[in-house]
Amino acid sequence: MSGPAEIEHLLRELAPQVLGALVRHYGHFDLCEDAVQEALLAAALQWPEEGVPESARGWLIRVASRRLMDQLRSETARRKREESAANLAGPDELVAAGPDVDKPDESDDTLTLLFLCCHPSLSPASQIALTLRAVGGLTTAQIAHAFLVPEATMAQRISRAKRSIKNAGSSFEMPPEEERDERLGAVLHVLYLIFNEGYTASSGAELQRAELTTEAIRLVRAVQRLLPDDGEVAGLLALMLLTDARRAARTGADGSLVPLADQDRSLWNTEAIVEGEAMVTDALSRTRLGPYQIQAAIAAIHATAAKAEDTDWPQIVVLYRVLERVSDNPMVRLNQAVAVAMASGPKEGLTLLESLESDGRVSAHHRLNAVRAHLLEMAGDTEAAKADYLLAARRTTSTPEQRYLQERASRL
Amino acid sequence: MLLIYSNQESWDSLSADQRDGMSRAHASLSAELAESGQLVSAAGLADPITTTTVQVRDGVRTTTDGPFAEAKEHLAGYYLVECDDLDQAIAYAARMPDAEYVAVEVRPVMVDAGLEM
Repeated sequence: MSGPAEIEHLLRELAPQVLGALVRHYGHFDLCEDAVQEALLAAALQWPEEGVPESARGWLIRVASRRLMDQLRSETARRKREESAANLAGPDELVAAGPDVDKPDESDDTLTLLFLCCHPSLSPASQIALTLRAVGGLTTAQIAHAFLVPEATMAQRISRAKRSIKNAGSSFEMPPEEERDERLGAVLHVLYLIFNEGYTASSGAELQRAELTTEAIRLVRAVQRLLPDDGEVAGLLALMLLTDARRAARTGADGSLVPLADQDRSLWNTEAIVEGEAMVTDALSRTRLGPYQIQAAIAAIHATAAKAEDTDWPQIVVLYRVLERVSDNPMVRLNQAVAVAMASGPKEGLTLLESLESDGRVSAHHRLNAVRAHLLEMAGDTEAAKADYLLAARRTTSTPEQRYLQERASRL
Repeated sequence: MLLIYSNQESWDSLSADQRDGMSRAHASLSAELAESGQLVSAAGLADPITTTTVQVRDGVRTTTDGPFAEAKEHLAGYYLVECDDLDQAIAYAARMPDAEYVAVEVRPVMVDAGLEM
């Protein structure tokens, strides 16, 4: 019989399909979402005792539809809506249609749901929360826990997001062809943000954050199965795999940050590196080039160097130049400066940094001071390096980064 | 974190209507931030005369009445708000009615996470 872990896995897989099927038939994204959450909860309680029903998906649709009907009925003000919903399809009709009729739409439903959750009318924070709940099947408590906010705050954010979608006229269908690229961009960005939230090295809250990277990878994998020919989807998945592969080596036993160059590479996850590298190589050779693929290619060069000294810095410099052409982001130039310094010496890296000093987006950012401090240290200008490390330490809002930067300064 | 600074003089100079207006403005801003799910917490602080300052020196605890910093201005209340960026936080600070009479400071909160640099 299935254990609780397998059941949870199964429920996570089915959650977006069930929600998608319901929304497609009834509309009312917000009400469907509540009904599906209740059905998932019921399944999580009953299945470990009674066993997983033969058609798990049908079971969930049936229970969720019943809950939805109860909800619609319980509010007299919504009677009209109930009638129109009942006219569309009854719960039995929906399930009786059987797996064969529903099957061709399963995968599309998941993708449509993802597009709906990343609706442009929502703020990124709301898109993330809604995606994790509706597509990821995480509970409000889990999401709140991962983002370190009170559960009530997260509950409000989610219900607000559901209302915004409703107000925006949430038609449950794929956006038209010309809009799809743009919307897919938003979906990938949201998944990237979810990953980053979990990846950013953490001391106190390690466990729930790792859950977010796992969830982001699972979701982007699902998108990749649906859109196997999209290079940026493959690029993002490769980038996540290659980055997450370093997880075990990124923090010391005391929770301190371990810089890339000092990491114990034997702790890196070889399997993830092999998969990520193969994926980005394949995408680069047969799809349209994009920023996620380039970043994945850079990550692959780091990941495949046996020792830090073996890193192919000239190749990384080339890739950063390409990346700069396709994305207007000063952080790219900042990273490029490090690569240039490693490839051709600190002086050239420092020259590249000068152009950023007048860029309001990064001129007061601690990363600029941190990178300059590092390059000045390489160049042997100890005093200036120390001053920049200390300024960077004062500017960061990250406790572990502050500790790391102060330590670098005190070593000089 | 949005920190509302005030001083007794400017508070005393407000009319009853102005004070009512401030409470209403705070109530509606709090409701809006709660509605959007961005509000983590908010509170007004009691009068500075209720402050007790605690210090421990060489293991000896001393307490004194009154605030740590001898200044006319004091921390009167705070909002902890989740913002997308500094600009958004500044926009909320500017909507605090207190910004018209005294001042509101915006300061990020330290986090337990960081990049591997």
